[in-house]
Amino acid sequence: METVTNQIFELQYAIDTFYFLVMGALVMWMAAGFSMLEAGLVRAKNTTEILTKNVLLFAISCTAYMVVGYDIMYGGGIFLEGIAGGDNLTADALAASAEAGFDGGSVYSAASDFFFQVVFVATAMSIVSGAVAERMKLWAFAGFAIVMTAFIYPMEGSWTWGGNDVFGMFNLGDLGFLDFAGSGIVHMAGAAAALAGVILLGARKGKYGPNGEVRPIQGANLPMATLGTFILWLGWFGFNGGSVLKLGDMASANAVAMVFLNTNAAAAGGVIAALIIAKIMFGKADLTMILNGALAGLVAITAGPDTPTPLMATIIGSVGGVLVVLSIVALDKLKLDDPVGAISVHGVVGLWGLLAVPLTNGDASFTGQLIGAATIFVWVFGASFITWSVLKMVMGIRVSEEEEYEGVDLSECGMEAYPEFTSNTK
Amino acid sequence: MKQVVAIIKPFKLDDVREALSEIGVQGLTVSEVKGFGRQKGHTELYRGAEYVVDFLPKLKLDIAIDDELVDQVTEAIIKGANTGKIGDGKIFVYPLEQVIRIRTSETGSDAL
Repeated sequence: METVTNQIFELQYAIDTFYFLVMGALVMWMAAGFSMLEAGLVRAKNTTEILTKNVLLFAISCTAYMVVGYDIMYGGGIFLEGIAGGDNLTADALAASAEAGFDGGSVYSAASDFFFQVVFVATAMSIVSGAVAERMKLWAFAGFAIVMTAFIYPMEGSWTWGGNDVFGMFNLGDLGFLDFAGSGIVHMAGAAAALAGVILLGARKGKYGPNGEVRPIQGANLPMATLGTFILWLGWFGFNGGSVLKLGDMASANAVAMVFLNTNAAAAGGVIAALIIAKIMFGKADLTMILNGALAGLVAITAGPDTPTPLMATIIGSVGGVLVVLSIVALDKLKLDDPVGAISVHGVVGLWGLLAVPLTNGDASFTGQLIGAATIFVWVFGASFITWSVLKMVMGIRVSEEEEYEGVDLSECGMEAYPEFTSNTK
Repeated sequence: MKQVVAIIKPFKLDDVREALSEIGVQGLTVSEVKGFGRQKGHTELYRGAEYVVDFLPKLKLDIAIDDELVDQVTEAIIKGANTGKIGDGKIFVYPLEQVIRIRTSETGSDAL
């Protein structure tokens, strides 16, 4: 009998590990989504560079988080030396499963946990690249990516999902802070880092006129931006669905399905709301705002996709869709130039997502959500501001005016995304 | 000989082409151009920020014809391109000194 029980536990372990890996792979694919979205919303002359940044930041995130980030956030040792599991891996896992019980906490491969966590780090970092697009130096961005993914993000992660006290002062979990898949921990954190960068970097040349007028700088490729949005929408099922952390019993499977359903509903609500508000405010259906609306719906539901009804999830997403349009217009009034709307989508709506959790989940409290949001924002914004400032002093963070005019594709990467009139003669 | 240059609204190209074929025009050259007249531009919005489209897309037709066809050709263009709304375009008529068909070296009216 015990053999059969153990075999069932082993199967459950396998299913939950497999589920974690597949969900993580979906989140990894969000890197492609961010790349396409950002490449679509910048001008053609800055395409190669934004793609370079996106693939580079993903690699830096994976490496920095492996070296030290995961250890800061969850323990596990520098270079992940603690996660391999000893000779008694199977026996230890079976003992843990027996203790947790079939319906209890998930027991799964530690390596799959790292894989699932690391793709979230990359997501947070991806948010930064869009906001500082078209004018930041590639190497300054790479430098920031190291600090962000090795230290700034893992620190706030350790106070939230890691369960540690904030500098030994207070514990966010005890205060009733809940962020299911990271509206605050991932999205608002990325936006806070981006905001610090945008403030120190300044607007793209020509974006704001001398009399305060806002001049649009149009994205070069809206099919690419739309594809990017759909890829992110798909990846989000892994982002939120995987954050249930367990699939292998009936209650958990139901929870995962509910999270998928609500995540999708919120995105749809975000699209419809952004379309309506854009039509009312601008008179036409601005596709870029509608795409931002989809992402806003997704960010809004991320803090609590497990407890709302489908209708409530749609409403939470729609509020996100309205907020994102208003926020993008407001940031332009403040002359904070964010080419892709990342600060609005992930920051403003991320905060809304956190505040919406107590509406449907009694375990969270408004004060807990507010204190958690403030803690994440103050830490990430402050630490990022210092990091960007140091980079600015040491190497400069902005390309020259001429390089900006010519496009950073040529000045940073030495190649255009769409070369024309080239010749092979030396 | 005359060269007729017409600036028209792009969506009227097919109507103008048909009208010209009916009166026996043998060939024409079309280019995509941008510009403005009294219509000026118009404003659009991108992510809530207004911008002015100064130069509107138009089509430019180049047609080389014999002198006696000028009135018929201009009438055909007007018939095809007229919508009655601002921005319908203009027709310019220039004297044409010489025409040469490259394949045969024919010149003048024979080359038209």
